[in-house]
Amino acid sequence: MDKIQGIITYINGPVIKAKNMEMFKMREMVTVGEKRLIGEIISIDGDIGTVQVYEETTGLKIGEKINSTGKPLSVKLGPGIIGNIFDGIQRPLNFIYEKSGGFISEGIGLASIDLTKKWDVVVLVKEGDIAKEGSLFATVQETPLITHKLMIPPGISGKIIYAAKNGTYDLEEVLLKVDDGKTVHDIKMYQEWPVRTPRPVKKRMPIEKPLITGQRVIDTFFPVAKGGTAAIPGGFGTGKTMTQHQLAKWSDADIIEYIGCGERGNEMTEVLEDFPKLIDPNSNLPLMNRTILIANTSNMPVAAREASIYTGITIAEYFRDMGYNVAIMADSTSRWAEALREISGRLEEMPAEEGYPAYLPSRLAEFYERAGYVTTLGNDEASVTIIGAVSPAGGDFSEPVTQNTKRFVGAFLGLDKKLAYARHYPAINWLSSYSGYLASLNSWYKDNVSEDFMNLRGQMLKVLQEESKLLEIVKLVGEDVLPDEQRLILEIAKLIKIGYLQQNAYHKDDTYVPLNKQYRMLRVIKLFYDHANETIKKGIPISKVKSSQLYNDILKMKYSIPNNYKNEFDDFENQISAYFDSLIEAYEG
Amino acid sequence: MNIIKEYMQLDKIEGPLIVLSGVDNASYDEIVEIKTNSGIKHGKVVQLHNDKAIVQVFETTSGMSVRDVSVRFTGSPLEINLSKDILGRVFNGIGEPIDDGGEIFGGVKMDVNGRPMNPVARRYPRNFIQTGISAIDGLTTLIRGQKLPIFSGNGLPHNQIAAQIVRQAKISEEEGQDFAVVFAAMGVKHDDAHYFLKAFEESGVLERVVMFLNLADDPVVERIITPRCALTAAEYLAFNHNMHILVIMTDITSYCEALREISSSREEVPGRKGYPGYLYSDLASLYERAGMMEDSSGSITQIPILTMPNDDITHPIPDLTGYITEGQIVLSREIFQRNIYPPINILPSLSRLMKDGIGEGYTRDDHPAVSSQVFSSYSRVQEVIALSQVIGEDELSDIDKKYLEFGRAFEEKFLKQDFDENRSIDETLELAWDILSILPKSELDRIDSKTIDAHYRG
Repeated sequence: MDKIQGIITYINGPVIKAKNMEMFKMREMVTVGEKRLIGEIISIDGDIGTVQVYEETTGLKIGEKINSTGKPLSVKLGPGIIGNIFDGIQRPLNFIYEKSGGFISEGIGLASIDLTKKWDVVVLVKEGDIAKEGSLFATVQETPLITHKLMIPPGISGKIIYAAKNGTYDLEEVLLKVDDGKTVHDIKMYQEWPVRTPRPVKKRMPIEKPLITGQRVIDTFFPVAKGGTAAIPGGFGTGKTMTQHQLAKWSDADIIEYIGCGERGNEMTEVLEDFPKLIDPNSNLPLMNRTILIANTSNMPVAAREASIYTGITIAEYFRDMGYNVAIMADSTSRWAEALREISGRLEEMPAEEGYPAYLPSRLAEFYERAGYVTTLGNDEASVTIIGAVSPAGGDFSEPVTQNTKRFVGAFLGLDKKLAYARHYPAINWLSSYSGYLASLNSWYKDNVSEDFMNLRGQMLKVLQEESKLLEIVKLVGEDVLPDEQRLILEIAKLIKIGYLQQNAYHKDDTYVPLNKQYRMLRVIKLFYDHANETIKKGIPISKVKSSQLYNDILKMKYSIPNNYKNEFDDFENQISAYFDSLIEAYEG
Repeated sequence: MNIIKEYMQLDKIEGPLIVLSGVDNASYDEIVEIKTNSGIKHGKVVQLHNDKAIVQVFETTSGMSVRDVSVRFTGSPLEINLSKDILGRVFNGIGEPIDDGGEIFGGVKMDVNGRPMNPVARRYPRNFIQTGISAIDGLTTLIRGQKLPIFSGNGLPHNQIAAQIVRQAKISEEEGQDFAVVFAAMGVKHDDAHYFLKAFEESGVLERVVMFLNLADDPVVERIITPRCALTAAEYLAFNHNMHILVIMTDITSYCEALREISSSREEVPGRKGYPGYLYSDLASLYERAGMMEDSSGSITQIPILTMPNDDITHPIPDLTGYITEGQIVLSREIFQRNIYPPINILPSLSRLMKDGIGEGYTRDDHPAVSSQVFSSYSRVQEVIALSQVIGEDELSDIDKKYLEFGRAFEEKFLKQDFDENRSIDETLELAWDILSILPKSELDRIDSKTIDAHYRG
C-alpha cells in the first residue's frame, strides 16, 4: 500500500518537524522513525508538520519517515482497565515491564488493554431490539466490586440484527451488530475514544451531593462535591501527595483514578504495593478493585505527561457513562502545566507569564470542565470529580498555575508550610481554604447528617478566625494579658486544631472518620465551649476549666471513641455537663 | 558498510556550541568527536535541522577555529565502559580515567543517559539506614533506596555531614552484601574534592569508592555529563552486581548553572531566574535514578548536596529538587553560627519515606510518635522565642519557659554531636525522651498515654 510518509527535517528533544505532511491531520497519532515511536501532530504549516513524540528521541535521524495511523490519539475503553497501571498514553506498565525489563525503553509500540483476555459476558439485549447510543447491552464482572457495563458507543443507534449469547468472549469478538439504516456497525467489548474530546452526556445536572472523604477538615469545613472540582496547592513537603493518597483511599466514589503526573516513581510503587492490601470501608474488599492508575513519573518522557491528564479523564468519563461516580486525583497538575511550557518553549512560541504559554488558562479550564454531575446517555445519574494537586514554585500561591486553577475549581484546599513543619496533618490552612459547594450541599447535610451541622461548622470556623486575630495580639503581649473569655477562645481553637483538624493517617480509626462521628465530635467541642463560656462569665477562672481531665479527653477522643461508637458520645456529653454543673455549684455554693 | 565521514569545517562556534552543515545521517543525542590542534574533544548532538547539526561540546571551545577541525559522528550516544574494576578508581567528568590505573577493559558499555525505571519494576524502599546522626536517624530517617538531598549554603559543613554519613552509615549490615560509594563532583573546589578523598581514606572505604570529578576549573559543559556517568556506574553496580550503592552528588547548584549556561547559548526561552523550562525534567532524570528494583537485591541511595543561592529555599534549584526528592535535610546558617554541629534545621527538613521504614519491626515502636512530638514541640519553641523577644523571657508563662528549656536542650543535647560521634538509634530515641521529659506530660499530645508512661522520665 502506498502510504503517505513524512520525512523528518528537524529534531529537538520531544519536538520534531517533518516535510511532506500536508495530507496529515491535526492531532493525528503517528509513528516516528524506524523505532516507530509514538507521536502526535500538534501543528501543520504548509507541508511542514510538527510532532510531539511520547518517547525518547535519542538516536532519531534526519530523513527518517513518519507514518500516519489515521486516527487521533485515542484510548481503548473496555474490561481490563480497573486495577491496572498505565503510562501516559494508556500502555500498561506491566506489559512494558515484560517487554523491556526494569527500565522503560522506546519503540515498544502501541499497546493498551489486553484484547486477547477472555471475559464472561452477560448479554442483556436480543435481536430485533432497538439500541440507542450509550445504552447498556451487556455486563462483565470486571472485579468483585465493579460490574463493567458494556454500552453502545456514542453516535450509534439502530436495530440490533445480531446479538451474541451469554458466554466467554475476548475483546475482539463481535457481540452485537447494529443496523442504523445505512450501515451495520460491529460492536465489540471495547470502544475507542479520542482523548482530547469529552464524551457526550445527556444533560449536566446541578451539584447536590458531597464526596465523602472521611477527612474531617474536608468533609466538615471545606467539602468537595460529587461532580465538583477541587485544587490542593502546596509547596514541597506540605503533604499534597499524602492528602491525595488519603482521598484516593477513602473517598466514597465508586471508582478512583489516580494520575501520577510527573511525580516520584516510588510514590506510584507505594500505591501499587499498598492499595491491594487496603480494605475499602464500604465494601470490605481490597481498594485495588476500584482503582485505576496512570503513571508518568518525572523522568518519563515529557510529552506523554501532557497526554496523561487527557487519557485519565477520558477513562473516567467512560466509567461515568456506566453510571458510576468517579473521582480523579491528578498529582500534580503543575507538572502537566510545566510539560505544556516545555513543549511550548521547544516550539518557540511567545511565552506569557513565567514562560507558560498563553493558552494555559484555557487548557486548565477545558480539563476541569470535564468534571460534572450528569445524566448519562444511558439515563443514569453519575459524576466525575476532579481533585488536582498543584505544586506552586517556591510555595508561592501567586504563580500562574495556582492562580489560574483557582479560577476554575470549586474548592480550594490550601496547604500550609507552617502547619506541615509542626507536623499538623493534613496541613490544610483553614483561613485560606474555601469551598464553593457549601450552599449547594447545605440541604444534603441537613437531611443526612444533622439539622445544625452547617451551623456548628460556621461557629467553629468563627472560633478559628477569632483565634488568628488574637494570636496577633498574643505575639505582641503574651497570652496572660488577655481576658479569660479570649483565652477561652484560644483554648477552644486548640481543641479544634489538635482534637479535630489534625487527623492521623496511620491510626486505624482516625484515618477514616464517618460523617456522624465527625458531627458528634464537633458537638462535643461546642458543648464544652458553651459550658466553659458560661462558667467563665460567672467569674470562675479559666484554669479551672482547662485543668480538667475533660479537656485532655476531648483532645484524644478521636482515638478513644471508636468509629462504630454506641453510647460513648452521649456518656461523654453527660460527663461534660455534669462536670460544669458541679463546678458552678461548688463555686456558687 | 557505513562510511564514516569527517567534516572539516564549522559554520559557527558560540560558547559551548558548534554548528556544522552538510551533515547527513546524524542522529539526535549521538556523540561526536572533534579533532583540533589541541587534541580530541567530545560533544553531543542537541539539535538537528535539515543538514545542520548543533553540537554541544563537553570541553572548552577556546582555541577552536571553524577551519582547523575535523568532526566525526560516532553514531551512538555517550557510553562508558564499566566493570567491577571501576571500584577504587578516579574518572574525570565524562568518565575517562584520570588516575594511573589505565583504561577499563572487558566491561559492558552503558549509555550514560540511562532509561526511566518502570514504576511496576520498582521495589518500595523500607529499610532504615542508621547514619549515627541523631537529627537524621530520629527525625528525617534515611531509607535505603531513597534520594535525600542536603540543602546547604556556602560555607556550611555539608561536606562533613556527607563524610560522616559515609563513614557511619551501615548500608550493608545484612547478608554481608557488598556496598560501594559513587561520588560525583560537579564544579567543586579542589580542596573540597581533596577533603572527600581524605575522608574516604580515613574511613577505610577508598577501595569501594568510584569518583567522577569535574572540578571548579574544569569545563562547565562537562558537568552535565558527570552525574549521568556516576549514576550509570551506580546502576551498573547496584543492578548488575547486587550491591548497595550510596551516591553523593555535589554540587547540584553548579550543575544547574551549567545547564542554564548552555540553555542561554542555545537561545532557549528561559523559565524562572533564567533557568531553562525543562530544569524540572532534567533534574528528575538524575534523582529518579535512585531506588530499588525487582530482579535485583541491590539499591541506589542518593545524597545530592546543593548550596542554596543566598540561603533561599524558594530558589528554583532547591525548590524543584524538593519536589522530586523524597524529602530534604536543611542546614541553617543561624544554628551553625551558634556553633552547633550538625546545623540541621529540623523544621523544614523531612524524610518522606521514613513513615514506612520506622516503628515496630524497623527501628522501635515509639519512634513515629516521638519524632512527631519533637517536631511539634520544637515548632512551638520557635513561637515562644518570637514572643520572648517582644515581652522578654521573664514575662513568659511557666509552660512557655519550659518550652524554652526544651528548645535549648534539644539543640545542645540532641542535635549537637561530634563529627566522630556515632549514636545508635536506641541512644537517639532515649535522648529524645530525655528532652521531651522536660515538658509536662500533658503537653505531649502526639504520643499515646501508654507510650508516655513507658518512657517518660520522672
